[in-house]
Amino acid sequence: METTSVIDPIAQSGHGTEHAEHQHHHTETFISKYIFSLDHKTIGKQFLFLGMFWAVIGGLMSVIFRIQLGWPDETFPFMERLFAAWFTDGKLNPEAYYSLVTMHGTIMVFFVLTASLSGTFANVLIPLQIGARDMASPLMNAISFWLFFTAGVVMFSSIFLPTGAASAGWTIYPPLSALPQTSPGSGTGMTMWLIAMVIFIGSTLVGGLNYVSTVLNLRTRGMTMFRLPLTVWALFFTAIIGILSFPVLVSCCVLLLFDRGLGTSFYLSNIVIGGKALPYAGGSPILFQHLFWFLGHPEVYIVILPAMGMVSEVLAVQSRKPIFGYKAMIFSILGITILGFFVWAHHMYVTGMNPFIGSIFVLFTLLIAVPSAVKVFNWITTLWRGNIRVNPPTMFAVGFVSMFISGGLTGIWLGNATIDIQLHDTYFVVAHFHIVMGIAAFFGMYAGIYHWFPRMFGRMMNDTMGYIHFAITFIGAYLIFWPMHFLGLAGVPRRYYTFNEFAAFSQYANLNKVISITAIVVFLGQILFLINFIWSIFKGRKSPQNPWQANTLEWTSPIEGIHGNWHGEIPEVYRWPYDYSRDPNSDVDFIPQNVPLSEAEKKDYVHH
Amino acid sequence: MAEVLEIQEEHHIDHLPTPNNGEGGEDSPMKISYGKTMMWYFLLSDAFTFSAFLISYAAIRIAQPWWPNPNKVFNSFPGMGHANVPLGFVSVMTFVLILSSVAVVRAVQEGHRMNQKGVMFWMVFGILGGVAFLSCQAWEWNHLIHEGLRPFYNPFGPDANGITHIVEEHQRWSPGPIAFGALFFGITGFHGFHVFTGVLLNIWGFTATSMGVFHRRGHYEMIEKLGLYWHFVDLVWVFVFLAFYLM
Repeated sequence: METTSVIDPIAQSGHGTEHAEHQHHHTETFISKYIFSLDHKTIGKQFLFLGMFWAVIGGLMSVIFRIQLGWPDETFPFMERLFAAWFTDGKLNPEAYYSLVTMHGTIMVFFVLTASLSGTFANVLIPLQIGARDMASPLMNAISFWLFFTAGVVMFSSIFLPTGAASAGWTIYPPLSALPQTSPGSGTGMTMWLIAMVIFIGSTLVGGLNYVSTVLNLRTRGMTMFRLPLTVWALFFTAIIGILSFPVLVSCCVLLLFDRGLGTSFYLSNIVIGGKALPYAGGSPILFQHLFWFLGHPEVYIVILPAMGMVSEVLAVQSRKPIFGYKAMIFSILGITILGFFVWAHHMYVTGMNPFIGSIFVLFTLLIAVPSAVKVFNWITTLWRGNIRVNPPTMFAVGFVSMFISGGLTGIWLGNATIDIQLHDTYFVVAHFHIVMGIAAFFGMYAGIYHWFPRMFGRMMNDTMGYIHFAITFIGAYLIFWPMHFLGLAGVPRRYYTFNEFAAFSQYANLNKVISITAIVVFLGQILFLINFIWSIFKGRKSPQNPWQANTLEWTSPIEGIHGNWHGEIPEVYRWPYDYSRDPNSDVDFIPQNVPLSEAEKKDYVHH
Repeated sequence: MAEVLEIQEEHHIDHLPTPNNGEGGEDSPMKISYGKTMMWYFLLSDAFTFSAFLISYAAIRIAQPWWPNPNKVFNSFPGMGHANVPLGFVSVMTFVLILSSVAVVRAVQEGHRMNQKGVMFWMVFGILGGVAFLSCQAWEWNHLIHEGLRPFYNPFGPDANGITHIVEEHQRWSPGPIAFGALFFGITGFHGFHVFTGVLLNIWGFTATSMGVFHRRGHYEMIEKLGLYWHFVDLVWVFVFLAFYLM
């Protein structure tokens, strides 16, 4: 099979001669290989490492504010020694609390679950699974990462400002976020937040254009669109959602920057601060919410679709069965993508919106339950009577399905305007979106990391540590967020610094302690994952070429990872990626995509 | 028709990049190269940015009790003093931008014929058109700033008013709805920034053409991509023009 040709495979690809010329002159140094690399596999790892850094920061922030919520009466002198700027007399400052909540949301939603999740797996998986030498534009790919890095530098620096980081919540509603005099965090911290986000959106745009054009244009021979693994379909639609929704956040942020810096009144009207009327007139803070949520809602699909794609792939591979309803999976992703653009105002039922408009958004929101349910049933039916292999990727993939069901069902509650008016801004909402988007996406990400770790690093992760990590995370996540539903039903509002002053809410003090203790344990569980991850990179068991006996093309590329991905010709594809347990008489229960149809198969193979 | 065929015979025919990986892989469903795929998706994205601005414009404007009458705001022409020329200057600007787009269409066409000189010739006019448009915009901004328009202040009061004469209590300090200046400078500025970027890209495209970069490559697809961007900027202007000058 292996041809003896050893010429640089990139040079053969011929998509643009400037590309080929560039590769010829390229001599690898440490810096060009590991830092300013143009190789998609390295850039994917860079996204992963930076995402892990951000996840630790974001998680640590939640631990700090959970300590405040769990023990509002205690003092913590040791915390003050660690984070002197945020504590006074051993107690967390209210301003710091709001900064922490804001930054936790921003970091987790954008930096970890958008940039790092898509960035890692789109980079590692798209070229390898479609049979491409690299991304369509390796340079733009690197630019995407370095813009993400730059946005991170700006955001991270804002934490150390004397006035603190942005503190208006991750949704940064004006007028709080527009007027520096309203809170310390609305000063320079807010400006840096906006600048960081505009740079960040540049990163997602450049990355997304690359992912889309790579999927459309660089598929190997035989890899028709309907032979693509579901991971690629999911990442493809994720990129499209990002390309179409993030630009609206650019407009949103630019107008807010103008309001802050140029004295315009896009979002401001009739404001009196300290008895003094401000000159702003004619703007509308509701306009901000429309612009923000036009991104903000598709954003949750940007977060969850890659996880869905990876879970589909992992479940098919690990239960040794074809994915149930391959095309139904694709069209449900498409359905979610389209419907996702018509539901944004369900975040705004309490803004005084016309109830008729509200009912239209209720309708579209509830319609999303249909493709979501199709996916859930397909995952369960894929597992049904499968030859399931129990290992960490499977555990996390099944955990994802569990979380997605639990969080999805409460989404049907909140999507109804009549119920949402009661539950809006309570812990019920916090519980809902953390389970369905935060925890579920993290589970999808972990399933992906455990599953494709051998592809990325040539070694296997430790299973025992993986099981412990799963148990802590799965049980812990439910222990943290399940009780929050009941807090929310009892009317406990989110974002409050303390509930001591409210008789109705302070009765839940013990419940809040339990949640906080669990949050700390779960955070430590993630440290265990990090230890496993780093240890396995250097000391893990060496991976065979195809450790999971999977069908997709990434396992045909040399596991040590070479530039251009395949020696000689790129493999040709003859079948869809889910030919598992096809022939009961065969010794092997999988047929990779690059294996031609046998004579027997040619008679009755259903072409996808 | 016969004339066109003749021209094609005179020149080389370009060899555009394949709509696949160049190694016999599957074609893009759109049958276009990866570069054009990227440009189209970028333009879609940018269309959403502009749409967000224009929808914000509409949302803010319909919430105001009245809006300055564009025929009275935009009625000056350079060198004509206080003559009343409603929308005269902006019509010239618009015409210049459209002509510039036509020039780039011709450049793309010459690119398909592998006619290096022809591409350079028409790109010059494309660039000049863009520079002329930006100069016109600079004059208009300068003129309006001179008349007192600011992002936070609108001097065009009821005398330039198109609908009713109600002045809200809180608007007294500014004769007209203050959103007018912010939206005008914000949106035409954002469009102008796109024109500026387009001019820089076109200058780069002209330079690369003159150095024979695309000729050696065997195709002028880059000029085509620049053309897509340039027409997009032109198209957006139609909507900006509609929003600020005609409505």
